[in-house]
Amino acid sequence: MADIENAVELQNVVKRYGEFTAVQRMDLTVPDNSFVTFLGPSGCGKTTTLRMIAGLTDITEGDLLIRGKRVNALPIHKRNLGLVFQNYALFPHKSIYDNIAFGLKYRKVSKSDIRDKVNRALDLVQLPHVADRYPNQLSGGQQQRIALARAIVIEPDVLLLDEPLSALDANLREEMRVELKRIQRELGIATVFVTHDQSEALAMSDKLVVMNNGVVEQEGAPEDVYNNPASAFVADFLGHSNIIPAALGTPDAAFTNVALQSGETLLTTSEQTAKANGSTDVRAVIRAEKIGLSDQNGATDGVIAIPGRIKTVDYLGQQARYFVTVNGRDWQVINPIDARPHHEGADVFMHIAARNCVLLPGHHD
Amino acid sequence: MMSGWSLIRIATILVYLFLFAPVAVVILLAFNANQFGSFPIEGFSTRWFEALWNNDAIIRAFKTSLILGALTSAISTTLGTLAALAMVRYDFPGKRSISTLLVAPILIPEVVLAVALLLFLQFLSMPKSFGLLLMGHVVFTLPFVVLVVQARLVSIRRDVEEAAMSLGATPIQTFFEITLPLMMPAVMAGMLFSFTISFDDITGTLFWKPGGVETVPTQIFAMLRNSISPEINALGAVMVIFTIALPLIATAIARVASAQKIRAQKTTA
Repeated sequence: MADIENAVELQNVVKRYGEFTAVQRMDLTVPDNSFVTFLGPSGCGKTTTLRMIAGLTDITEGDLLIRGKRVNALPIHKRNLGLVFQNYALFPHKSIYDNIAFGLKYRKVSKSDIRDKVNRALDLVQLPHVADRYPNQLSGGQQQRIALARAIVIEPDVLLLDEPLSALDANLREEMRVELKRIQRELGIATVFVTHDQSEALAMSDKLVVMNNGVVEQEGAPEDVYNNPASAFVADFLGHSNIIPAALGTPDAAFTNVALQSGETLLTTSEQTAKANGSTDVRAVIRAEKIGLSDQNGATDGVIAIPGRIKTVDYLGQQARYFVTVNGRDWQVINPIDARPHHEGADVFMHIAARNCVLLPGHHD
Repeated sequence: MMSGWSLIRIATILVYLFLFAPVAVVILLAFNANQFGSFPIEGFSTRWFEALWNNDAIIRAFKTSLILGALTSAISTTLGTLAALAMVRYDFPGKRSISTLLVAPILIPEVVLAVALLLFLQFLSMPKSFGLLLMGHVVFTLPFVVLVVQARLVSIRRDVEEAAMSLGATPIQTFFEITLPLMMPAVMAGMLFSFTISFDDITGTLFWKPGGVETVPTQIFAMLRNSISPEINALGAVMVIFTIALPLIATAIARVASAQKIRAQKTTA
């Protein structure tokens, strides 16, 4: 077990439709056993990439490797993949048993082995009693479990999931999310998951790939991507952020001053100043939930307090979202509610710790 | 005091009477013992059906119609299904114009179509033949098959086929395992449509049929020119029963087949 094998590898992959470039020069690996998520708004190229891996869409340039083998020209039915679609795509004229057994028929598996494998797959998705039924007799969540069983029963090299939870109700979606992750762990199967839902992406992935306009904006572990966005797009797309142009002061061992264009001054850490590459032209990213609101000044070492006035309050139950006006600019702040939320028009202090002031290079990307 | 609803009810009944009473009268008169078709019927008899059975010209016309209908529906269904597949599943230059051309025969008056085909044949200096008659019937039944199958195909999601291929089925296996069974009801409907349309047709058939060949409708037409024989009532009754029974039998067969399939699956599982 010297080196980690990659289940899927994209090398310089490009997809063009006439003049339009859907995916630009993509380099990406899906390590064995890992759960990789493509996250982005619609039209960002995430589904196109998944379809290229599946063999449903041709690659314009570059190479696609599955288990180390170049498969650019290999048709889909020879790729040994498990595909799960948003709308389940079960075969409506076949029983659940025949749906799951479908892929095994093309794999020279004996009748009794087929029965064993189908039954095991049904157990795995916790629907052991539905073999005789037809897809339209099952609920949406059950159908998606069967679609999953059908995809994994053939022991695919990669499992490809195209927004599999989007068609389900909110509470069912959460249940299926946990279930999907459990099954993926249990089987240790390399999985590519496409979604536009950031909470799904953050909760499930080993590796998160954020895409926009056919370009990979950032990839990494979910918490790294979330806490340390590499671009304004990522900072804005994942959660809520305040992004403000700023001038960086002279780097210091402890904290460095960041002079915001709007007039206030924040502190940041040496880890962040390195990202400026010697330039003083930066943008400061402060996540809405990393700002503490208080009616006390309470500035301490490494924490700046900025006075402001609450303009509006969105009451969200466990938390509240505030728009705080400081020097004519509105800041977004999300805070848990302690007894009662702050009220509109109140004068408050925003507490911002140096480690929560993330820097991006100036207006270059 | 009559409410709006009872007025609507009466109107509906009158419309249905207007539509179906003549058909009922024809069927009743077919069993009339009297030589002269008058109403109400006098005495019950099946002698006109016997006369029909012994009339060689009618039996010959019936056979011609059956063969013509069967061949028309076989050719139309095959071509129409393939055309519908091309229209829905593939992109190619000129797709829109071809699609319009395919359904155009529905929009063009049948007489125009009939004359055009005849002129075309004259241009090629070919004589009228059974082949031409068949070709004509295919031309104007094809749009029905294309439209019915196309409508069904649009509702068969592409990702169902993609799922089958991802599981290892080749495109051809996918077609026979997934696409064809799912569009089968539409294919059968198209087949029935083209058969009954061909079986019923008179306008085009009058233009295209070679001398000496008669279909059931042209035979009736010819007989009516001489006199109104009660045999025609009997023939009418047979045709009504035939065209109603055919789709009913087809549906029944489809139902029995699917019931058997479910039972078979229950015993294997």
